[in-house]
Amino acid sequence: MDERQWPLYEVFIRARGGLDHKHVGSLHASDARMAIDHARDLYTRRQEGVSIWVVRSTDITASEPEEAEALFEPARDKIYRHPTFYDIPAEVKTL
Amino acid sequence: MYTQALDAQGPDSTAQLDEIALEQRFQARIDREEKIEPKDWMPARYRATLIRQISQHAHSEIVGMLPEGNWITRAPTLLRKSILIAKVQDEGGHGAYLYGAAETLGVSRDQLVDQLLSGKAKYSSIFNYPTPTWADIGAIGWLVDGAAIMNQIPLCRCSYGPYARAMVRVCREESFHQRQGYDIMLRLSQGSSEQKRIAQEALDRWWWPALMMFGPHDADSTHSSESQRWKIKRFSNDELRQKFVDFTVPQAKFLGLTVPDPKLRWNEEKQRHEFGEIDWNEFDQVLKGNGPCNAERLAARRNAHAQGAWVREAATAYAEKQRRRTHRAA
Repeated sequence: MDERQWPLYEVFIRARGGLDHKHVGSLHASDARMAIDHARDLYTRRQEGVSIWVVRSTDITASEPEEAEALFEPARDKIYRHPTFYDIPAEVKTL
Repeated sequence: MYTQALDAQGPDSTAQLDEIALEQRFQARIDREEKIEPKDWMPARYRATLIRQISQHAHSEIVGMLPEGNWITRAPTLLRKSILIAKVQDEGGHGAYLYGAAETLGVSRDQLVDQLLSGKAKYSSIFNYPTPTWADIGAIGWLVDGAAIMNQIPLCRCSYGPYARAMVRVCREESFHQRQGYDIMLRLSQGSSEQKRIAQEALDRWWWPALMMFGPHDADSTHSSESQRWKIKRFSNDELRQKFVDFTVPQAKFLGLTVPDPKLRWNEEKQRHEFGEIDWNEFDQVLKGNGPCNAERLAARRNAHAQGAWVREAATAYAEKQRRRTHRAA
């Protein structure tokens, strides 16, 4: 087995002008330039994008599934953060 | 980003009770149609099953480039050549998406490639059949890609997120493959008697191997029930095979070609086709490596890998040099 396997890059594509870059998958490349070239061949064969970001997978820090509750649960009971929480009389317009 | 050492998945030090509880919670998530993602807890066997299935699938895409690549230089027109190159390139892309999905389970690309080249890993037996005429390229697109689509569409809803997402992309591209194949068959079957003859012969060659692509009968399928419980697999082999026959027979009829099965007939009462028994001995032989092209396919892959070694090494050396330069400049 070759210990010098090309590093893994995560690929993000902007589908059309005005949209966010979205994660589409990953690929191996020897450097970032090659990662862009490979991403172009791999993820945009049918005009799926107008811009590509690549980032070394090891440079991404991700939250752990076990943290999900601690991170996201507190938002659940804060329904007052949503506009629909407030009953506004029908006579009041444009609010 | 999801790569994770396999040894982290060894026997857990926590009590076995915990393991059972974890497994129950895992199954409950699957039953609720939640997707399992790379960092989530999963039973070791779920992981192993997925690694096996996804990597076999990836290998099949890569080896699948060979029988068709064989015809790129001999395609009858420039347009057909461009179409075939695009299709073969797609197959390579599908292999790459799938290797990527397998790697999220903690296996490295090198390990996977090594398993293919050493002959340890299996790939779809269909690619061990030869493509002697241009009509075989039509039959592969129509029947082999058609059968693959039948197998793959349910995989878009597979419980493992990265596999399901890769399959969505694969399926989006696969329809072009099937239609270009049928288009080749259509032209040939409307052509000269010689063209019609090679179309019929290609159907004769590929019909049964295409039916074998759905795997053994449900009763003989080793991994089926567990895979269904884990929602890796949504339909049984026989269900999908039946559906394929029901879809494909009218398409053959439209071409004016004869499906090579004397037992084939429409059952009005059951509203489906009855068809003859597959030669399972042939299936086993091809799977064991004794098919017409097994040795040739593996030799071609090994050769390509060996011939490309200097490119991989040069790119690595160049990247290393650039890194040192930037480091010095900083």
